[in-house]
Amino acid sequence: MIEFESVSKTYPGGTVAVREFSLQVPSHRTVVLVGSSGSGKSTLLQMVNRMAEPTGGRVLIDGDDVAGRDAVALRRSIGYVLQHGGLLPHRTVLDNIATVPVLNRTPRRRARIQAAELLERVGLDESLGTRYPSQLSGGQQQRVGVARALAADPNILLMDEPFGAVDPIVRRELQAELARIQADLGKTIVFVTHDVDEALRLGDEVVVLRRHGVIAQRGTPAQILAAPADDFVRDFIGADRDERRLTVERIDGRDIAVDGTGRPIGVLDS
Amino acid sequence: MNLFMEALAWLGDPAHWSGGGGIPTRILQHLAITAAAVGIAGAIALPAGILIGHTRRGAGLIGALSGAARAIPTLGLLTLFGLAFGIGLKASLVALVVLAVPSILAGSYAGIQAVDAATVSAAKAVGMRPSQVIFGVELPLASPVVIGGIRAATLQVVATATLAAYIADFGLGRYLFSGLKSRDYAQMLAGALLVAALALALELAFAAAQRYAASRHAAPARSAGLFRSDRTDTRPAQKGPTS
Ligand SMILES: Nc1ncnc2c1ncn2[C@@H]1O[C@H](COP(=O)(O)OP(=O)(O)OP(=O)(O)O)[C@@H](O)[C@H]1O
Ligand SMILES: [Mg+2]
Repeated sequence: MIEFESVSKTYPGGTVAVREFSLQVPSHRTVVLVGSSGSGKSTLLQMVNRMAEPTGGRVLIDGDDVAGRDAVALRRSIGYVLQHGGLLPHRTVLDNIATVPVLNRTPRRRARIQAAELLERVGLDESLGTRYPSQLSGGQQQRVGVARALAADPNILLMDEPFGAVDPIVRRELQAELARIQADLGKTIVFVTHDVDEALRLGDEVVVLRRHGVIAQRGTPAQILAAPADDFVRDFIGADRDERRLTVERIDGRDIAVDGTGRPIGVLDS
Repeated sequence: MNLFMEALAWLGDPAHWSGGGGIPTRILQHLAITAAAVGIAGAIALPAGILIGHTRRGAGLIGALSGAARAIPTLGLLTLFGLAFGIGLKASLVALVVLAVPSILAGSYAGIQAVDAATVSAAKAVGMRPSQVIFGVELPLASPVVIGGIRAATLQVVATATLAAYIADFGLGRYLFSGLKSRDYAQMLAGALLVAALALALELAFAAAQRYAASRHAAPARSAGLFRSDRTDTRPAQKGPTS
C-alpha cells in the first residue's frame, strides 16, 4: 500500500506543485491520477520514488516512510515509466530494458533473454531489441519504457502518461495489454494521465485533480460518471459531452444504445 | 625550395637514422614526453572536469582557470620552472602539464554538462548510483567531446615539446636548437617537418578515436543515420562499466 499523508511540494523557485495531498493506494489496485497539465501529477509520482522530496507531509510504502529508505534501493524496487520515455540513448533497446536487473546483478545473458520476452509483452517485435532508442518512434520508445519498468518484477509501478505518444488505436491495445498484465500480476499501480477515457478504462479508482494536486473527486469510474462532485469534475470528464450521454432506443425488439448525437453505438445484452 | 631539398636530403641521410641522437630515438623521446605530460594532465584534469560537469558546480572556476592558463606564455613558464627546478626534463614536463590541463579540463567539463539532463535524471530514477550515472551514462555520452579535449591538449603539447630541448637534450626540438646554433637550416627545417608529421599522425589517430566513440556511444542516429542490422546484430556483449 502507498499512502500520501498531507504531502506538499513547493519547488525551490517558489512554485507550489502539490498542496496537502492525502491518498491511499491499496495493494494490487490501479489508481489513476487524472488532471490537466501542471496539476502536480508527475510531482506526486516522483515523491514516491524520491526523485522529488516532499516539503511537507510523508509518503509511506507498506507503512514505512520512504524518506527513511535508501533512495537507490527504493528506486530499483519500483517500476517507473517516465513521461518522456527516459531511455538511455547509448544502449540498445534490450540493454535498456535489462537496466535494473543488471544493476541488481542478474547475469547479463539472462537479463537480455527476459528483456526479449518483455518486448513481446508490450507488443514490440523482437527484432527491435538490437536497435537504439533514437531508431524507434516515440510510441515504440514509450513501450520500451513500460517493458523496462516491468523488468525487475517490482510490486509497485509508477506510470507517468506511458501511452501519451502513441496513436489512439495502439493506445487502446496497450491499455488492454496493461489490464491483462495487471490481471496476471496484480501490481500496485499509480497511473498518471490527462486522458479521462484512459483513466476511466484503467482505474480501479480514479482521482481527479485540480491545480496544486487538490483532489476534486475520487471514486470508482462508475461513481465518478454517475455523480460528478461539481462542475469542475463534470467539465473535466465531459459528462455533458454528446458521446457520454447515452439513451436507449428500442428498435426491432432490441435495446440500442444511442449517444447524444443520435448515433447508435451498441446493443444492450438482455 | 633549395632549402627544402636540403632538408629532405638531411632526412634521407642514413647517418641521421641511427644512434643516440638519431631520428627514431628523438621521435620516441618526443612521444614519451608528450604522453607523460598529457597523462599527468589527464590524471589531474579529467576527474576535476568530470566532477564539475556532473555536479554542475564550479563552472566559473573552469572558465577562469583555462582562460588564465591559456594566456601564460609557455616559453616564460619553461624558463621559470627551469630556474625553479634546475635545468632538465622535470621543468619541461611541468610546463607541458600546465599547458595541457586547460584543454582537457574544458573538454571533460563541457562534454559531461552537455549530456541531456533528462537522460541523467532518468538514469537516477531507475536506480543508478551517482558513480554508475557518471561511468555508465555521462562519460560514454560525453566521450567524443572528452576525447576532443585530450586531442587538443596533445596537439599543443606535441608542438610545444620542441621547447623541451631548450633546457634539456631531449626530443625533436634538439634539431631545431642545434640547427639554429650552427646555422644548419636544413637540419632545422627537417626537425620542423618531423614535428609536423608527428602532430599529423596523432591528429589522425585521435580523429579516428573520436569517430569511433561517437558511433559507439553518442546517439547512433547522428553517425549512422539508419538502422544497420549488420553492425548492431553482431555487436558483442556490451562492456558497459556498470556491469
Ligand atoms: N523541477 C521543477 N522545478 C520547479 N518547478 C517545477 C519542477 N517540476 C515541476 N514544476 C512545477 O510544478 C507544477 C507541477 O508540475 P508537474 O510536472 O508535477 O505537473 P503535471 O501534472 O505532471 O503536468 P503535465 O501533465 O504537463 O506533465 C508545475 O507548475 C511545474 O511548473
Ligand atoms: Mg507530468
